[in-house]
Amino acid sequence: MIGIKSFGAYIPVYRLSEAELARAWGGRGGKGERAVANYDEDSITMAVEAAVDCLTGFDRGIVDSLLFASTTPPYTEKMSASIVSGATDLGNEVNTMDLTGSTRVGTTALKVACDAVKSGSAKNVLLTVADCRLAPPASESEPVFGDGAASFIISDEDVAVEIVDSYSISSDFVDVWKRAEDSYLRTWEDRFILQYGYTEKLMAAIKGLLKKTGSSMGDFTKVVFYSPDGRSHGRLAKSLKLEEGQVQSPMYGALGNTGAALAPMMLAAALEEAKAGDKILLANYGDGADAMILQVTDQIEKIRDRRGIKKHLESKMQIANYEKYVRFRNLMQGEADRRPQYMSSLPMMWRDRNQVIPLHGGRCRNCGQLQFPIQRVCAYCQSKDDYEEVRISDKKASVFTFSMDERAVEVDPPRVWTICDLDGGGRFYCQMTDRDTSTVNIDMEVEFTFRKIHDGAGVHNYFWKSRPARVS
Amino acid sequence: MAESIKDKVAIIGMGCTQFGELWDKDGYDLVIDSSYDAFEDAGVGPKDIQAAWVGTIMGSTATQLSAPMKLDYIPVSRMENVCATGMEVMRAATFALIAKAYDVVLAVGYEKLKDTGYGGLPMAVQASGSEKWHPVIGSGDTAPARYAMAATRYFHKFGLSPEEGKRTLAKISVKSHYNGFLNPRAHLRMQVTEEQVMKAPMIAWPLGLFDACGVTDGAAAAILCRTEDARKFTDEYVTIKGFGLSTGPGMGKVRTDYDYVHWEETVRAAQMAYADAGIKDPKKEISMCEVHDCFSVAELITYEDLGMCEKGKAKHDIEAGELALTGAHPFNVGGGLKSFGHPVGASGIREVFEGYQEILGKAQSPERQLKDVKLALGHNQGGNPGRFISSICIVGQP
Repeated sequence: MIGIKSFGAYIPVYRLSEAELARAWGGRGGKGERAVANYDEDSITMAVEAAVDCLTGFDRGIVDSLLFASTTPPYTEKMSASIVSGATDLGNEVNTMDLTGSTRVGTTALKVACDAVKSGSAKNVLLTVADCRLAPPASESEPVFGDGAASFIISDEDVAVEIVDSYSISSDFVDVWKRAEDSYLRTWEDRFILQYGYTEKLMAAIKGLLKKTGSSMGDFTKVVFYSPDGRSHGRLAKSLKLEEGQVQSPMYGALGNTGAALAPMMLAAALEEAKAGDKILLANYGDGADAMILQVTDQIEKIRDRRGIKKHLESKMQIANYEKYVRFRNLMQGEADRRPQYMSSLPMMWRDRNQVIPLHGGRCRNCGQLQFPIQRVCAYCQSKDDYEEVRISDKKASVFTFSMDERAVEVDPPRVWTICDLDGGGRFYCQMTDRDTSTVNIDMEVEFTFRKIHDGAGVHNYFWKSRPARVS
Repeated sequence: MAESIKDKVAIIGMGCTQFGELWDKDGYDLVIDSSYDAFEDAGVGPKDIQAAWVGTIMGSTATQLSAPMKLDYIPVSRMENVCATGMEVMRAATFALIAKAYDVVLAVGYEKLKDTGYGGLPMAVQASGSEKWHPVIGSGDTAPARYAMAATRYFHKFGLSPEEGKRTLAKISVKSHYNGFLNPRAHLRMQVTEEQVMKAPMIAWPLGLFDACGVTDGAAAAILCRTEDARKFTDEYVTIKGFGLSTGPGMGKVRTDYDYVHWEETVRAAQMAYADAGIKDPKKEISMCEVHDCFSVAELITYEDLGMCEKGKAKHDIEAGELALTGAHPFNVGGGLKSFGHPVGASGIREVFEGYQEILGKAQSPERQLKDVKLALGHNQGGNPGRFISSICIVGQP
């Protein structure tokens, strides 16, 4: 039996409301909101978050393959999966692969992962899918697009959700595209593309799967399918003659269209509610369509304690105003800063690779004190070159002291700096993100999150920040 | 065996430029003006100088002194120890004299900061102070942000509400501005009120604009010789009583036992300097202190670390006016880095200059002339809380 052994998800803390968009651009707005990445987040950082959630309760050493699926990889040349793997601290004996170019890549990756396990080339594939698509300002897609990520472990052991069968079709239909030189997605008139693209192709994949397996829609406890917007989802559900209880919510009005991550995130939401014996139909669209049958096993009870979709949706902050979002996404050219620009050094990042990306500290073998950055000579007992590396990224911590720098070269001032004392010993000095500055305080409980620090030297320089615990 | 340096070396002349945003002067002008000011004060000329040291964090080599001054191929060294730079220059000159390598030497500190086009220290974005620059670890942190973490912790530890804490700090800045207002060479010669300080724009919470020192151009210089030779040049001189220099391992952001409410390097430097000078009770023996107040909280904690206030209780002494010009323990009588300004390489020598003037009765105006100054302490600390290089120089009547 091959299928999903674990799942996890991530939704950024910020929400941008339709009311705020209406304030900025006019129009009636609505009651809905969408999840938007903080300025220091991208598809890689969100994939790391979802992967860490997915690995809850699992030894990270079991993973032998990592897939990263996204239409918005931060680099067009330079693999994202290898960075996700590093930040997730999977070690270097991991096969990594990026899949990109279509909103369908999440389910493509699921099939690739199943095939890898089936062929015996991998035992436990960690699949991450994340998207952070930039909508043009004042466009129809601006109130619709959202940011988020999902992650799954695909294995043939302890399977919680068996992937029973699948059916795919490919299509060269052009509906949504982005050339290398485009800043934003392009699209055609929606009445045309929805009819001959989304609706026709998704229906064809679902019908093909039903025919192939001799199933009918009534067999499924839940039907999870992508849609480019809320209305199209309702229409397709109607065409499929689904009972109300069968329809897995696309979370429009709360999350937004997270692109390649939407169907996988909806699947994660479905699994949070699923019981052994449930049968799920999963269908995804983009340059063709995938449809899959999933069967929930009693192992599902072992993977309940995730942040997943529900807890991440509940943990949120409104973005104060659209102008702030404009700065987050760098949509407006500001005054040239006379101060020195951020720099990087690839040899330095390489020398400190175990500290910067997987956030390893050094624990002195003589006195047992954990230290970050790693000290060759122990800061406590002066033992030389006698330490073991310890992962800090998954430790809880509390704020020992902090400051808030209003004058930092910073997208979202003030820049909050924290001295974090780690549970069980050790201290970590870092910026705090995803914070409400009015509640930052000494003794505040924090956790660590992988973020983009700056783009000095034209490279994405990632490191870790603290944030107030998302779920207490 | 090592022995105390007390009274072995005399300062026979000092010079100091006007501090400020000196748009019309470059680093060469600053070292020339301060050195010639010191020559005139000591009654010596450039040809009498056998060796020189120049301190600057931003400037480049020792030729920053030899070239503008046209020094005659004598040994000149450039010193850099962040904010302790100025005092390092004095220390190097003193030790060379004690070693009898030379008879008369020149020590100059200067900084030219206002050619960059922005506030703050020029390297603040890429690296700052004694911290090793790293592309991401601590990247983009600043001096105010690092000092503010000590203020936050101090308020918490000693039970001050943010309002009370900020008000305590405000009183320090009001005092320093008053002292600087009286000082003709000071950069920011203006009096400020407590309310002005409290309401000033935030720099790094909880520190506001008036909790931070100026970014200043300036230079200061000293001519030194062995004490037995001093009277060959002048009857008005002071002697060096002691030095302290403590360079910490810098593990405050690593070790969980660093408390963020004391400066260990300053405590250690004070111990060294007090031992050198034979000071048993600093509160009774030291007449005045010029200390490193790059931020108000730096001065607050330094009161306690020098033993001039009880730990955690500086607020009481501040409110009682003990540290004002007219108080029992006047601090930063020149205006401090806050009001006098902080051209980094110059500050240490400028602090010694304040003591020199007060001891010799050369404080220019009666309002700022202290009576019967026996010992004057100068203090700098470079780096940031948890990772300092602290220096102390005590001078006094011969």
